[in-house]
Amino acid sequence: MKRTLSVLVENRPGVLTRVAGLFSRRGYNIDSLAVGRTENPSISRMTIVVDGDEQIIEQVGKQLNKLIDVIKISDITDDPYVGRELILIKVNAEPAVRGEIMQIVDIFRARIVDIARNSLIIEATGDADKIDAIENSLRPFGIREVVRTGKIAMLRGAKTRGMEASGNDTGE
Amino acid sequence: MTLGSKERTGARAVMEVLLAEGVELVFGYPGGAVLPLYDELARTPIRHVLVRQEQNAVHAASGYARTSGKTGVCLATSGPGATNLVTGIASAYMDSVPVVIFTGQVPTRMVGSDAFQETDITGITIPITKHNYLVKDVEELPRIAKEAFYIASTGRPGPVLIDIPKDVALALCRASLPERVELRGYKPTYQGHPGQLRALARLLGEAERPLIFAGGGVLASRAEDYLRQLAEKLQVPVVTSLTGLGAFPEDNPLALGMVGLHGKPCANHALMECDLLVGLGVRFDDRVTGALEKFAPRARIAHLDIDPAEIGKNVRVDLPLVGDISCILQELLPLVAPASHGPWLQRIKELRNLYPLTYGRGGEVRPQWVMERLGEMTRGQAIIATDVGQHQMWAALYYGYTEPRSFVSSCGLGTMGYGLPAAAGAALARRDKQVWLITGDGSFQMSMAELGTAMEQGLPLKILLFNNQSLAMVRQLQHFYYDRQYTAIEFTGNPDFVRLAECYGAEGLRITRQEEVVPVLARAMGNDRLTLIECVISPEEMVYPMVPEGAGLDEMLLPE
Ligand SMILES: Cc1ncc(C[n+]2csc(CCOP(=O)(O)OP(=O)(O)O)c2C)c(N)n1
Repeated sequence: MKRTLSVLVENRPGVLTRVAGLFSRRGYNIDSLAVGRTENPSISRMTIVVDGDEQIIEQVGKQLNKLIDVIKISDITDDPYVGRELILIKVNAEPAVRGEIMQIVDIFRARIVDIARNSLIIEATGDADKIDAIENSLRPFGIREVVRTGKIAMLRGAKTRGMEASGNDTGE
Repeated sequence: MTLGSKERTGARAVMEVLLAEGVELVFGYPGGAVLPLYDELARTPIRHVLVRQEQNAVHAASGYARTSGKTGVCLATSGPGATNLVTGIASAYMDSVPVVIFTGQVPTRMVGSDAFQETDITGITIPITKHNYLVKDVEELPRIAKEAFYIASTGRPGPVLIDIPKDVALALCRASLPERVELRGYKPTYQGHPGQLRALARLLGEAERPLIFAGGGVLASRAEDYLRQLAEKLQVPVVTSLTGLGAFPEDNPLALGMVGLHGKPCANHALMECDLLVGLGVRFDDRVTGALEKFAPRARIAHLDIDPAEIGKNVRVDLPLVGDISCILQELLPLVAPASHGPWLQRIKELRNLYPLTYGRGGEVRPQWVMERLGEMTRGQAIIATDVGQHQMWAALYYGYTEPRSFVSSCGLGTMGYGLPAAAGAALARRDKQVWLITGDGSFQMSMAELGTAMEQGLPLKILLFNNQSLAMVRQLQHFYYDRQYTAIEFTGNPDFVRLAECYGAEGLRITRQEEVVPVLARAMGNDRLTLIECVISPEEMVYPMVPEGAGLDEMLLPE
């Protein structure tokens, strides 16, 4: 079961180490982790995709909550949210196949951001499925390099995941 | 932050926090990078206890904290001083002991350059501290130092480390001490959820064979009186974890003693037969549960703890309740009606008779018998510190703890060498109590240099050293699990411990025969000097009961 956690943390050095270390130390499977500053410069948001059964996900949340630098954790998997990843793909592109590649780029509403004699860099954003699909479609041409961010996510509508009271739930 | 307050160095600001926190005693070991702090410490009335190795500074602070209820404080230098702390910190972390540790660090401009005596101690201690800090800006130091004490002592207590580069300690600081601590990511829950409290009262009302399982959390939250009131009002028997010894007086008729791997037979059987198990400030450690799938098979489990992450971590829980044990029990007491649980108490009586705690009487001096005598002679009112090994289990099983905070031992990490420094810390915290260290020749040799510290501090410790010339707990494991192939467990180069004690100016006594036990213990109790008693025992002793690997708690091995 994959869950997407949106985690607000203090924007301080070392916080990423604490979070990443917690995952490896306790043997939790982290699918991706993306981190960046929020609208409040003293707070960062981590979007963490974890894989595990219900008991593990519950422990992940509780253990994260124990970190003093973690302000709030929300499991947004079941809420409507926009999730995005960014991918950069360097693909072989002899002049003869460029047209074909450009068609694929169009279909996925991706962009070509760099052109060399025999290769192109393609940039695409989207949810994980779309990113996988574009990568698969380009594979036959020969992918030289891929860089992928982890997923970032935001709830749909006016609702925000604010900074209300911190996380020690009563455990019910 | 109030500006305009008078400028002083960062080191001085740290001292202001220590004084504001009521710190009377600091355990430490100096070195270049931490000298700015030492220099300022010398200008305060705070007493410094110079240990012989930094690990022992943390153990001593831990013994001090556990017996006084205050936060222990340590000081060490960068590099090797800091890395020496690691086992001490990990031990305190596993037993949730409040300790604040200050380390000196190389100057900020050198941090990260592999400078002389530089180690990334904050990186190293992330997994073994409740929180830690590397201070880069002196203006943050007063806030951080204050936060550290707050974090260490509130919620689930634990060690907090502050790493202070030398230049930061020397820099001028204008920030005054904050009035309050504001931590948006740290808000422990103290009050129990009212609905859950009522549900717990209901469960207690319905149960026919309830059992309370009390742990270190009861002692940490000073809930021992509420626990006794609850047990007596409802007539519920009580078992404890190793850390929980002393949380419930063992001379109370409802006390069953320690449960688990080497738990008392009756306690283990009661746990397997109860229909409601109420865990109070425990973490259902694997040494307690035995095989998880066989644990408390007939019981619904209620788990009360201040740390939500402990609930549901190891055992399935029917009723979770997060909060401070004192707060919860105080609120729970009026919600429950008095009960008698006659048939269950009758059954407990049967279990006590069917499965007494026994040991063979043959051979020479029996350590179990010695511990029983010590319990009688001190009327269970001494503070007992232990090391780790067979002697630790005999101390846990045969002494008979009647007072809270009277048992001091490395329970979660099982750190050999913990005993002597922890006993010293306890003796410094509790001048009113006799402090006994129960140790083995293996453990004692891991920290015996602290005899020097204890002598310097004038501590009249009583040390009972069970000398079997071996690492007998390991021998026991090899006996049961490795076909009695005994390797790497025998000491042939032990010192003469009696003369060792005398060397330090302490009194040394020896027990080799049973008739000597009582007079020698009495002699040690009666003098006011540090006294070491070497008690010679057989390496073939076993700790019973013992729950074999993979077995349930009722499948204990008992002595023939
Ligand atoms: C620092 C450390 N190293 C190793 C161990 C493993 N260990 C557990 S008990 C024990 C033997 C302890 O010997 P001793 O202190 O003489 O006590 P005894 O069992 O003989 O009573 C050992 C080596 C440990 N717990 N701690």
